[in-house]
This record gives sequence, structure tokens and C-alpha cells, in this order.
Amino acid sequence: MLRINCPWCGVRDEAEFRYRGDASLARPEQSAPAAAFAAYVYERDNELGWHREWWLHVGGCRKLLKVTRHTLTHEIREVSG
Amino acid sequence: MSSLPDNPPPSAPDARRGGGHYSGWRLLVEGLRSQRGWSRAWSKSTPRPHYRVVIVGGGGHGLATAYYLATEFGISDVAVLEKGPIGLGNVGRNTTLIRSNYFQPDNIRFYDYSLRLWEGLERRLNFNTMVSQRGTLNLFHTEAQRDLFTRRANVMRVQGVDAEALNRAAVKRLVPLIDLDNGRYPVLGGFLQRRGGTVRHDAVAWGYARAACRAGVDIIEQCEVTAIRRANDRVIGVDTTRGPIGADIVCLAVAGHSSRLAAMVDLRLPIETHVLQAFVTESVKPLLHCVVTYGAGHFYVSQSDKGGLVFGGGIDGYNSYGQRGSLSVAEEVTAAGVTLMPELARLRVLRQWGGVMDMSMDGSPIISKTPIDNLILNGGWCYGGFKAIPAGGMTTAHLIAHGIPHPLAAHLDLRRFAAGRMVDERGIGPFPYAH
Repeated sequence: MLRINCPWCGVRDEAEFRYRGDASLARPEQSAPAAAFAAYVYERDNELGWHREWWLHVGGCRKLLKVTRHTLTHEIREVSG
Repeated sequence: MSSLPDNPPPSAPDARRGGGHYSGWRLLVEGLRSQRGWSRAWSKSTPRPHYRVVIVGGGGHGLATAYYLATEFGISDVAVLEKGPIGLGNVGRNTTLIRSNYFQPDNIRFYDYSLRLWEGLERRLNFNTMVSQRGTLNLFHTEAQRDLFTRRANVMRVQGVDAEALNRAAVKRLVPLIDLDNGRYPVLGGFLQRRGGTVRHDAVAWGYARAACRAGVDIIEQCEVTAIRRANDRVIGVDTTRGPIGADIVCLAVAGHSSRLAAMVDLRLPIETHVLQAFVTESVKPLLHCVVTYGAGHFYVSQSDKGGLVFGGGIDGYNSYGQRGSLSVAEEVTAAGVTLMPELARLRVLRQWGGVMDMSMDGSPIISKTPIDNLILNGGWCYGGFKAIPAGGMTTAHLIAHGIPHPLAAHLDLRRFAAGRMVDERGIGPFPYAH
């Protein structure tokens, strides 16, 4: 069970949150070629290690949090609002 | 429509490898001489400097690909590299189900080809993989769900695949354990694929490993790939913990870790790695005679031949390479199970484990060439890798041998994402984290 320290609500169980995916993706410029958009929408680094990701505190403050978590140990290093 | 064979007689195996032919007669003879005549089912090969084909990953798909390359496509200069021992990856961590009750005609044809290969696999491999076509029952709980399942069953029947609708009384007759009138999600009926069922997953790994070895394939365990070697945008081999190995073609069959291997050649894949849990209860007498999936929550269950109930649910829901699950999902899965079959509450869970899977961005697998020449990818299996092992192996071998995808797997091309022709299996639009 993950315990995420929400900056607004304090430490809560993962059951209160919804995972919203990789937070390191940046939307290409509007003029970028289609391949850049395909990469943005579908491709992921999917790294084994520290991963920056979005978590929505759906059962709490409803804020979107940016969490740095290790994908092997599940240790959470940083949570920002 | 398929030019691939269903289950032709196996070619003459190499008698020196694979511990000889297995039979009832052999069992009797060995019984009379204190079981002294058995030898290793597959050899522990040491790597040679070069192979025509190197397959990275000694799981179900890697071993099956090697086996079919050697027996169907005449290429036995093949090495299968496995970083640990055979059978400890996802091929031994799944819940052993086979079925072909898919929605998209392309997928139905692919998975039903797999099911037909399962049906003759034991004779073909000369190994008891315990294929048991005990039936797969999908329950529905609302009228909308009934309509969707009816449509799916009709699509299956048009493709010549068996599917039948059961009313409430027939569901109760088949599985008395189901609480039809549970207050939350009463059961309105179900769809049954009688040819679905279970297979002993460890035996699949061992059976393919032995049969591939007998056909001349080198199976190299404890050999982790550390780099993929390239020359002029073309793959020429791999570096491993047991030294460099050259290859004309390298095939990745490492679902769960495909992204990490692809990153060795600077390739990003439309895949996230997620963990899926499974559970086994203590053994009880036979009480569940088919596979049952719950339609109102994520829960499915079957009973193993040892008597334990094997069940699972959905993925934990966040990127993970940890082969273990979170308690919150374990609670969700068991709650769904007890809602459907209240008697399960009396059983104790003996074991729980997790496997890490390639979750592709449309929920369907990838059997494809890659932008890098001579690098083939078999991955993105999501929840469905086990049942697809025979067809995945056969079509991947076809792609390696002929350089063009087999029609049964052409829709699983990696380029489908950028081209906007994702496989819309669930009928709700292409969606990551799907089956």
C-alpha cells in the first residue's frame, strides 16, 4: 500500500488517489509534425527507477499532484502540489 | 485463410537431446528400474559466438518462437537467452487461462488459432501440458452488458468460433457456487466458450524448452543481455553477461521489460509496465468446474488440479517493475470474489504474487519489425500473453523466417499507433490499460 503525503491533506493511502500517468511528457508545438504528436500520445520512457508521475487526489482535495516514485521499490521521494 | 499448419506431425527429434521420448511405456520401464533412466529435459548450453537468430527471453513466447523456427521454418541455428532459469518469469506467474472469446475479428482469428494449437500441443511436444478445456463462463449483470456480450458472441460465431448464451438457470446448473441474486450486482446470465479452459503453465515452459532443445535450439540460462550491438542502423548481435553473441536477427520476447531492452537501441515503445496480481487459496475438493469471470468487477477464478482456487483481478494501476502487488487491489479483488461467490469467504489465501507486464496503449500485443533492421519485437501482451503463446510463437517465427508478418498477426504491427489504426478490442475506443 502506497502512502502519499498530499501537501494539502497530509499522508493518505493510495486508495484515495487515481494514477494519471507519466508527468514528464511535454506536448509538442502546434506546428510539430504528426510523428511528434504520435510520440507524445503513445510512447513512454517507462523507466525502471525514479519516475515522475501524476496522481489525482480524487478522494481528498481533488488536486493533481506530481509525485517522484521508484518503479521497482515504490519508494516515494517527492510530492509537489 | 491461414497458410500455417494446425498441428502437423512433429519432425524427427534429436534423440540425444531432451531426455528421450516420453510415453506410458517409458514410465512403466523407468518405474521398474527405480527411475534411473531419466535425463535432463533440455541441455544447459554454453553460448556459441554466432547464431542466425538470437531470441532474448526464455519465457513462453521466446521458447515457442524458437521451437516453431526449428520445426516449421527450418531454422535451428537459434539461441534463446534467459537471464534467470527457464519458467520463473511471466510464463510461470499467470493464472493459466486459455480462450479465444475476443471481439475484433482479427483478434478472434489470432487467438482461436492459438486455441487450436493448444488443442494438439501435448501430442506435438510429447509433453503433458495438462490442457483442460473445461469452459470459460463470462457473466453479465445488466441488459446493456448482455447486448454487448451477445454481439461479441455473434461476431465469434460468424468467425466459426464456439460461443453460447446461458440463462440464469443454466448458469446456476453449471456453477452452483454463484450467488445469482446478490444484492449489488445480480447475475442475468452468461456466455460460455466450452473450448476455453486452463493449461499447466510451468509445463508449457518445460515442454517448449525440451521440444526446442530436441529440435537443435540452444537454450542458454543465466545469460542476461546487457547491450544490443549495432552497425549502420542494423542489429548484429548482443552483449551478455556470458560474453558477446553475434546474430543475423535478434528477437525481443521479454514482455514486462520490452521498454528496457528497446532503450538499448534508443527505441521508445507505446508500452507502460504494470503489475498484475494473482492469488491461490488452500486446496479443497472439486467445486468449480469451469473458469468464471465476473462481469461487474474485476475478478476471475478457476480451480487448479491440486484443488486450490486460482483467482485474480485488474492491474494495480501505476507503473511498476516490482513483482508484488498492493494490498488495496488485493482487497478489491477478494471483495469482488466474495460478492459473486459468498462461500469463498471461508477459504484462506495461501499465496499471492505479482507479475509485471507490458501494457500497450491499445490493449493489444505487438508482433512486429522495428525501425531498426534485423530487430523483431514480440511484446505488449498486457493480460493476455499466456493464452497466445502458441500463436505468438508461430507468427513471430514466421516474421523472422520470411521477413513479412503472417496475415493472422499483421494487425499487431508496431506502426499502427502512429498510423491511427489501433486495435479497438474493447469497443470503447483505443485505450491504454485495457486487456
